[in-house]
Amino acid sequence: MVSMRSFRGRMISNQLAKFVFLSASLFGLLVLFVLLYRVIEQGIGWLNADFLTGRLSTQPEKAGIKGAILGTLWLMAVVIPITTIVGVGTAIYLEMYAKKGKMRELIQTNIANLAGVPSIVYGILGMTIFVRALDFGNIVLAGGLTMSLLVLPIVIVSSQEALRAIPAFLGEASYGLGATKWQTIRSVLLPVALPSILTGSILALSRAIGETAPLVVIGIPALLMPIPMSIFDKFTVLPMQIYYWTMDSSLLAEYANLAAATILVLLTALFLLNASAIVIRNKFEQRF
Amino acid sequence: MLTRQENSKDIHFRQIAERHQRRKARERLIPIGLFLLTFLSIVTTIGIVIVLLSETISFFQRVSILEFFTGTVLKPLSQTPQFGVLPLLTGTILSTLIAMAVAIPFGLMTAIYLSEYASARWRKFLKPALELLAGIPTIVYGFFAFTFVTPILRDWIPSLQATNLLSPGIVMGIMIIPMVASLSEDAMRSVPNSLRDGAFGLGATKLEVTRKVVIPAALSGIIASIVLGISRAIGETMIVTIASGSSKNFTLDVTESMQTMTAYIVEVTGGDASAGTTIYYSLYAVAMTLFVFTLVMNMLARYISKKFKEEY
Repeated sequence: MVSMRSFRGRMISNQLAKFVFLSASLFGLLVLFVLLYRVIEQGIGWLNADFLTGRLSTQPEKAGIKGAILGTLWLMAVVIPITTIVGVGTAIYLEMYAKKGKMRELIQTNIANLAGVPSIVYGILGMTIFVRALDFGNIVLAGGLTMSLLVLPIVIVSSQEALRAIPAFLGEASYGLGATKWQTIRSVLLPVALPSILTGSILALSRAIGETAPLVVIGIPALLMPIPMSIFDKFTVLPMQIYYWTMDSSLLAEYANLAAATILVLLTALFLLNASAIVIRNKFEQRF
Repeated sequence: MLTRQENSKDIHFRQIAERHQRRKARERLIPIGLFLLTFLSIVTTIGIVIVLLSETISFFQRVSILEFFTGTVLKPLSQTPQFGVLPLLTGTILSTLIAMAVAIPFGLMTAIYLSEYASARWRKFLKPALELLAGIPTIVYGFFAFTFVTPILRDWIPSLQATNLLSPGIVMGIMIIPMVASLSEDAMRSVPNSLRDGAFGLGATKLEVTRKVVIPAALSGIIASIVLGISRAIGETMIVTIASGSSKNFTLDVTESMQTMTAYIVEVTGGDASAGTTIYYSLYAVAMTLFVFTLVMNMLARYISKKFKEEY
């Protein structure tokens, strides 16, 4: 069949296809630019020191996001230690200790499935267990534990990959010197894997900072006046503020501008996190 | 003198033996500690299943399973409440269809371009740029759909309501493009060059090689990426919550406001449904349905990519 068509026709359709494929790839970029342009245009005028350090208010001109910024920071203070200890610990167990077999495969499949569970289901788990059954209420700790469960699979899988990427001779050399297994893991393997583990953890953290759905389910009040001072206080976070202001923008158009300004703060934080992940990876990653 | 020397030697040996003993104990205890940490992920799964299942059972003691799955009316707050899940199910399925109508063509064409056509340098720029799209929080996409895409679409479709299913569906599709593109590209790049070279040697153009060699060889990975995209669309919450409103319409008209399963959960929990009411339990029945849907999709994706993987 191919030979029936003219050589010229086939070359033209190839060039045409290349153009179409390129345009399709650029479509995503175009949307990204429009989205960023739109948010910056709408929010930049509202982004000033008063907005960053002020408290919430129903009056757009007076509203500030100090509480949401601190809430996000407190949430990170819960998520970082829990996901690091549990995530890296699990990765070490699965890569270094668990015997290959049914049990290990079951755990691995389970982790892969957990990674695919919608975030709102984690929200329901957190609401039922942490907020109601353990009666924490909607405090930072409850939100942080829920978020930790949500991003844990990401930390586990990336830490596993980091450990797996270490060449075997490093461990063998350590064993050869008489080091025990744990000594080898702690003093040889973990330091080598650290940059990759850190990169994965930062990416997981940026997921936790941007998530909204689980916290909506846990129940964050729309207009929370007190600023959280510990993990036992009620709190709000940047995405929740964006959510409430977007929903209220049909009542008062200025709320959309506040939402846009908050998006700028959130995107800047995410950009800084991701940039630091790239720097860490490029600077400290060792090649063998 | 001699005894004292003997003594200090003994102490020294004992210290070594003790240290050795401690080290041995530590070597035994550490795997147990690490296993307990690992066990947390199993506990999480069990927790999700038990929480969803027990409350769903409570729900079905109040509302019959048949009424839930075949009911076309969802009126949880009415005097005579009705709990048909079909309006939510159509909302979820329709928004997923719209999203995939955007994500599949654009995702696959992007994957083909990156894998087959793009130069190495251009690819090195384009791929991370597209990954930025995947890193944007869904709440931001929700804002974008509600305040930007809907107004634009309304210029073209005057009958479009301020909250509708079309706009969040499209934006959700854009959000999923990087996922489909990246996973499909991985599948295409793992097709060995010897296969391509064989076809090039027969005089095929790049397009012909892509269509007749690369795509068939990478098909299992491509389908898996689409199934994962579907699962993602089903579970997506904030975009539809913001831009599709909360009308529990049972319709196929995507210009109207409709509610998805995820948006219903947000609405009910946001309304502070008190524990023990039928509304409160309905939350879990909907969440269970959602959980089963996404779980089946994820397992299907893994099954496809494992089972039909071509080995070279």
